[in-house]
Amino acid sequence: MTDYRTPAAKVRGLGASGHASKHWISHRVTAIALFFLAPVFVWMLAMSGAPDPAAARAFFASPMGAIITLLTLTAGLAHMRSGMLEVIEDYIHKPFTKTVLVLANSFFTIGLWLVTAFALLKLAL
Amino acid sequence: MASDWSDPRPMSPHLQVWRWHATMASSILHRATGIANYFGAAAIAIWVILLAFGAEDCIAFLFEGPMAWMTRFALIGLTYAISYHWLNGLRHLVWDFGKGYDPKGSNLRSILIMIGAVIPTALLWLNLGA
Repeated sequence: MTDYRTPAAKVRGLGASGHASKHWISHRVTAIALFFLAPVFVWMLAMSGAPDPAAARAFFASPMGAIITLLTLTAGLAHMRSGMLEVIEDYIHKPFTKTVLVLANSFFTIGLWLVTAFALLKLAL
Repeated sequence: MASDWSDPRPMSPHLQVWRWHATMASSILHRATGIANYFGAAAIAIWVILLAFGAEDCIAFLFEGPMAWMTRFALIGLTYAISYHWLNGLRHLVWDFGKGYDPKGSNLRSILIMIGAVIPTALLWLNLGA
């Protein structure tokens, strides 16, 4: 039977996943957010009296401390996830190992984000 | 992907056959500091979780005796890694606008950033009275 499909139709869906632009842009967006947030967060945390537990708790309980930490945490973990994904895809080529690491990276960063956000709200509210 | 390539010669010019130069070092350092920041930020997040649940006693040993110096050393290293990644990340954003690709300037900026990251690190730790 004659195959009427065009050459393009035969290969469509067999190549790259088509998410590269989104990944590239979101890595920049989180980078720009962290350009502003990271220095403020690092400085505020360093000057808060941490690692003394009482001083650190007071910092995370203050509105400014909680908000800056939550913003930095959110941009940071998104940036960490996509950066580590890039590293895994560059260096790990065995499909099974790569899949396990990509999944572990996603679970770790998203899980840590949610649990830390919960912990912050618990400290702040 | 698993390869059946058996030619022992390097497939492409790679780490072991390149003379180290500034831009190569700064590129590798960007990845290395990115990975360091990943684990450093994760450690801080876990510390926040321990604080919230009143379980910080289990890491109290990190801030006692000689261990406190190890922790301080690691945190100074993390401060440098964040400073370097921040400065070199800014350079990446400039590259995205198609600027900053001249070889001479690239070498100079690589070295300036490696040294320059010491400044915020020192500023922060001198303020802490380390």
